[in-house]
Amino acid sequence: MFGRLTWDAIPFNQPIPLITSLVVICALGGVAAWITVNRWWPYLWREWITSTDHKRIGVMYIVLALVMLVRGFSDAIMMRAQQAVAIGSSQGYLPPEHYDQIFSAHGTIMIFFVAMPFVIGFMNFVVPLQLGVRDVAFPTMNNVSFWLSASGALLVNLSLFLGEFARTGWLAFPPLSEKAFSPGVGVDYYLVALQISGVGTILTAVNFVTTILKIRAPGMSYFRMPIFCWTALASNLIMLAAFPVLTVALAELMLDRYLGFHFFTNDGGGNSMLYMNLIWVWGHPEVYILVLPAFGIYSEIAATFSGKPLFGYRSMVFATMVICVVSYMVWLHHFFTMGAGGDVNAVFGIASMIIGIPTGVKIYNWLFTMYGGRVRFTVPIYYLVGFMLTFVVGGLTGVLLAIPPVDFVVHNSLFLVAHFHQVIIGGVVFALMAGYTYWFPKAFGFTLDERLGKIIFWCWFIGFHLAFMPLYVLGLWGATRRMQHIPDATWAPWLDVALVGAAIIGIGIVLTVVQLLYSIKTRDQRRDITGDPWDGRTLEWLTLSPPPHYNFAVLPDVHGEEAYWTRKQTAIKLDRLIDEPNYQPIEMPLNTPVGVICAFFASLCGFAVIWYIWWLAILGLVGAFAVFVWYAWRDEHEHIIPLEEVRKNARERRRIRQEHLQNLSQSV
Amino acid sequence: MTSSEAVAIGLTHGGSEDTGLGNRGPQSKSIVVPYGFWLFVLSDMVLFSALFASYASLVHATDSGPVTNQLFDRTNVAIETASLLLSSFVCGLAIIAAKRKNLFWTEAWLVLTGLLGLVFLVIELREFAGMIAIGAGPQRSAFLSSFFTLVGCHGAHVTAGLLWIGTMMAQIWAKGFQPHIGRRLLCLSVFWHALDIIWVAIFTIVYLIGTLP
Repeated sequence: MFGRLTWDAIPFNQPIPLITSLVVICALGGVAAWITVNRWWPYLWREWITSTDHKRIGVMYIVLALVMLVRGFSDAIMMRAQQAVAIGSSQGYLPPEHYDQIFSAHGTIMIFFVAMPFVIGFMNFVVPLQLGVRDVAFPTMNNVSFWLSASGALLVNLSLFLGEFARTGWLAFPPLSEKAFSPGVGVDYYLVALQISGVGTILTAVNFVTTILKIRAPGMSYFRMPIFCWTALASNLIMLAAFPVLTVALAELMLDRYLGFHFFTNDGGGNSMLYMNLIWVWGHPEVYILVLPAFGIYSEIAATFSGKPLFGYRSMVFATMVICVVSYMVWLHHFFTMGAGGDVNAVFGIASMIIGIPTGVKIYNWLFTMYGGRVRFTVPIYYLVGFMLTFVVGGLTGVLLAIPPVDFVVHNSLFLVAHFHQVIIGGVVFALMAGYTYWFPKAFGFTLDERLGKIIFWCWFIGFHLAFMPLYVLGLWGATRRMQHIPDATWAPWLDVALVGAAIIGIGIVLTVVQLLYSIKTRDQRRDITGDPWDGRTLEWLTLSPPPHYNFAVLPDVHGEEAYWTRKQTAIKLDRLIDEPNYQPIEMPLNTPVGVICAFFASLCGFAVIWYIWWLAILGLVGAFAVFVWYAWRDEHEHIIPLEEVRKNARERRRIRQEHLQNLSQSV
Repeated sequence: MTSSEAVAIGLTHGGSEDTGLGNRGPQSKSIVVPYGFWLFVLSDMVLFSALFASYASLVHATDSGPVTNQLFDRTNVAIETASLLLSSFVCGLAIIAAKRKNLFWTEAWLVLTGLLGLVFLVIELREFAGMIAIGAGPQRSAFLSSFFTLVGCHGAHVTAGLLWIGTMMAQIWAKGFQPHIGRRLLCLSVFWHALDIIWVAIFTIVYLIGTLP
C-alpha cells in the first residue's frame, strides 16, 4: 500500500535530524496558526498564492530563497563545526552517513533553492518594470514555475524527517548514486526534487526570453534595454538550452535506478563518465545563469550610485553575449582528470581562460563607471566594491584551475572548494544582497536600514575571507573536499579560523532578519514617497513604490539609452512634467490557482515515486492532466481595470511627481 | 515650443523615433504565444540532442548482446516514417481548414492526424515488445538502454501529442474557433511537426546507420 514507506523512515534514533524536524514542524505550525488567528489566509490566497503579478511572484521567489538560505547555511555551519572538532582521535559529533547527507544537501539547496530562486526572483520583479511593460509574456505560467520550484524545495526538506537525503555530493555522481551503492531513498529525493523544479526553470526561461524579445515599451530597441535585462536575456537563453540536458542526465540515472537500465552502471556496458559530461554540460552554464544577472545588478548599481551612465554599455552587452555562448564550451574542465588526453584538455583549458576576457572587460567597465563619478557610498556600492576585490581573486584561482597540470594536483581539493565559493559568494551572493537592498524600496515602499546594512556587508566580507582563505592553503597541502574526519592535527588552526569565518557570516544572516524586522518597525522614517529613492536611471523608478498592479498607467515612450534618466532630466530642465496622457482602461490577467494545484499534484506524484507508492503516482498524473484540461476550458482570462481607477491613481502619481520636481528644481 | 520639438525630447506621448526592432511596443498575443511555444520546442530539441549524444556514445556498448543490425527492420521503420510524415501533412490540412473556420474538416483532419500517429505508435510498441521478447530489452545492455530511452522518449512525445489532439478536438467542438483556441491549434501543429524533425534524425542515426551491412 505505502511502498517503501514505513515507520522506520522517521529518524527516531538520530537526535539531530529528529529535533531539527520537530523544530521546523513547530515553526511551520506556529506560522500557520498565526496566519489563521489573524485571518490572513484569504488575503494570502487572493493576493499572493494565486497571483499572476510578476512583482508578487518575484517577492515570493526571494522569500523562498531566504528561507532556504537559512537551511543551507545551517548545513554549512554544521560541516565547519564537524571539521573543526573531528581531528586526530576525535570523531566529532556527526557520523559519516549523516555528514555525507549534509554536504550533499548544502550544495543542492544553495544552488537550486537559494541562488536560482533569488536570481529568478529579481528577474521577475525587475525585468518587466525595466522594459516599461505591465507583465511577463505568460503570467499564469510564471505562477506555475514558482510553485514547481517550491514543490522541489518542499521535497528536499521533507527528506529531513522522512527517510534520508542523498549521500552522494550535490551532483550525485554514479556509480555511487546507482541503486547498487545507494539503495535508500536519498538519491531518489534528490532526483525527483530536481526534476520537478527543473521543469519550472525551463518554463521560466521560455517566459523570460519571450518577454524580453517580444514585450518591450515603445521605443525600447535592443540597444536601449538596461544591462540587467540583457544579462537576464543571456541567463534565460542559457537556461533554455542547459536545463534540458540536466533533465536528461537525471532521467537516465532514474531509469538506471528504477528500471534497471545500464546508462551509468559498472556492468552492462554502462559508462559513468557519460553522466559527468551531461551533468557538466548543464553544470558549467549554470554558473553563468547565476552570475550574469549578478553582473547586471552590479551594472545598475554602478551607474546609479556613481551618477553616471554605465561606461561602455555596448561592450558590456557584447561581453555578456560572448559569455553566454562560450559558457557551453568549457564543461570538460570539471574533470580534466577523466583522461581525455592532452589535446582535449588543452582545448577546454584555453576556452576556460578565454571566458576570463569578457569578464575582465566588465570589471574595467564598472571601474570606469565609478571613476570620475560622484559616488554615493551606500550599501549596494559597498557590495560592488567588495565584489570586485573578491571576484578578481576568485577569477584568478579559476584561471589556475583551468591549467590542466595544475588541476591534476588540486582536483577535488579544498582549493577547488575555496575557488567556487569565492566566485559564487563574492560574485552572486554579494550581488543578491546588493540587489535586495537596492530594489527593496521599490517592492515595499520604504528603504532598509542603512547602518545595519553596512554591518551585514562587513559580516559577509570578513566572514567570507576568514572562512575560505584557509581552505586555499589546506587545499594546496592536499586536503580533499568532503572529509568527515581530519587526520592531520596541524590543519586544526586553519579549520578553526574557517569556523570563525562561517560564524561571522552566520551573524550577518541573523542581522539580515533583524534588519528586515527593524526596517518594517521604523518604516515611517524611511518612506519612499517619490518612487525614486536612489535617483535612478531605469524605468522601474518611474512608477511609484510599490508600483500599482499594472506598473504603468500608460506604457512609457523610450527616448535614448537611459529611458527614465532622459525623461527626468528633460522635466527638470523645462521645469514641467510630461503632458498628461490619454488614459485608457487596462486589461490585466486574472489570478489563478492553477500553479499551486499543479505543484500539489507534482509534489504528490514526486513523493509517491520516491517511496514506490505507484497508485498514488498514477493518481497524481491523472489529477495533473485534469487540472490542465480544466484550466484550458476557462473562458475568462483577463479583467479590466476601469478608467476611473487608472486615472485617479495616475493623477495622484503626477501630483507627487510635481512636488518632487519642484524640490529637484530648487536644489539644482 | 512646437509639437515636434516636444516629441523629440520626450515631453509628449507617442512618436518615439523609429529605432528598428522593438519600436512598436509589446507584440500581440498571436505573435507572442507561438513564439514562446517555439522556444519550448527548441529546448525540447536540446533534450533530444542529449539523448542522441547518449545513444551515440553507448551504441557500441552492447555487453556481448545483440547489435543494431540484428534488431532493426527497415520495412517496419519505413511504414512508421510514412505514417508519421503523412500525419504531419494531414495536420497541416487541419490548420488550413481551421483558418477557414470549417468545423467538419478541421475535426476530420485532426482525427486522421491522430489515427496516423496511433498507427506509428502501435508499430513502435510492437517493435519494442518483439525486442523484449527475444531478450533484447533495455536492461540487456547500455546500447539497448539508450536505444529504448531515445526512441521511447519520442514515442512518449507522440503519446502526449495524441492526448493533446483529443483535448483540442473536444475544445474546438465545444467552443468553436475562438482566437485563443486558434493559437493553441497552431502550437499543436508546431509540436507535431517538430516530432517529425526528431523522427527524421532518429530514422537516420538509429535505423539507417544501424542497418548498414
